[in-house]
Amino acid sequence: MAIALFLVLAAIVIGSVLGMILSRSPAYAALWMVLAFAASGGLFGLLDAPFIAAVQILIYAGAIMVLFIFVIMTVPSDEGFSAPKRKFTLVLSIVMAVVLAAEMASALGAALKGSASSGASGLGNTRAVGRMLFQDFLYPFEVTSLLILAALVGAIVLSKKGDRG
Amino acid sequence: MIPLSWFLALSAILFVLGVAAFFIKRDLITMFLAVEVMLNAANLAFLTFAKKHGQLAGQVIVFFVITVAAAEAAIGLAIILLVFRRRKTIRAEGADEMKG
Repeated sequence: MAIALFLVLAAIVIGSVLGMILSRSPAYAALWMVLAFAASGGLFGLLDAPFIAAVQILIYAGAIMVLFIFVIMTVPSDEGFSAPKRKFTLVLSIVMAVVLAAEMASALGAALKGSASSGASGLGNTRAVGRMLFQDFLYPFEVTSLLILAALVGAIVLSKKGDRG
Repeated sequence: MIPLSWFLALSAILFVLGVAAFFIKRDLITMFLAVEVMLNAANLAFLTFAKKHGQLAGQVIVFFVITVAAAEAAIGLAIILLVFRRRKTIRAEGADEMKG
């Protein structure tokens, strides 16, 4: 079961990075990368790192990629978008809806049966990661907040429309 | 149980794909995305070794890498916007005026 999951996720990651390389427009490249980051979040989960997997999906596939797509929408692309392939999109959306329904059904089935999820035990549980982050790595953690502040100020100064521009 | 070497192989493949994408693509935004692919491959390797040695520090490092990547994305995209505003294109060939 885990091996099948690994193979599927690895195929999705590699395939979507290849899609990123082959796609002509940066917007499609960014969407492929959202898929790649979400799937690698699943791989992180397989490596006993549920907290990092959640961070990966929230921050990488969520926040960072939204930032990319924002900038891509600001910058006009050289190549125009290709004409929409209606049939392909229709089939793809039906397949994704069926997969989502199956996933919902399996999740609901497990929840209604009352089988407890495999609790936070083992290597990567969030409590242990948080303890390590705020005890052993407290100093780097604080430095990171300084780094983010510097990046924030830097991004604002760089993208400001100044008269020296 | 999945052999951990598979994860390392996947990480290597992803890193190579990231390097290849960085050299193949011509616009700055997609090149920047390729850098993110390489960071992701490194994160995968970190988590694999964290699991292999039972060390939680590997996972904490990945947390820091993701944070630095977020800061890097903010700054890098601001620079790309600045480049676009100056030369009206984000293709990488145009930016050669610092060549010696």
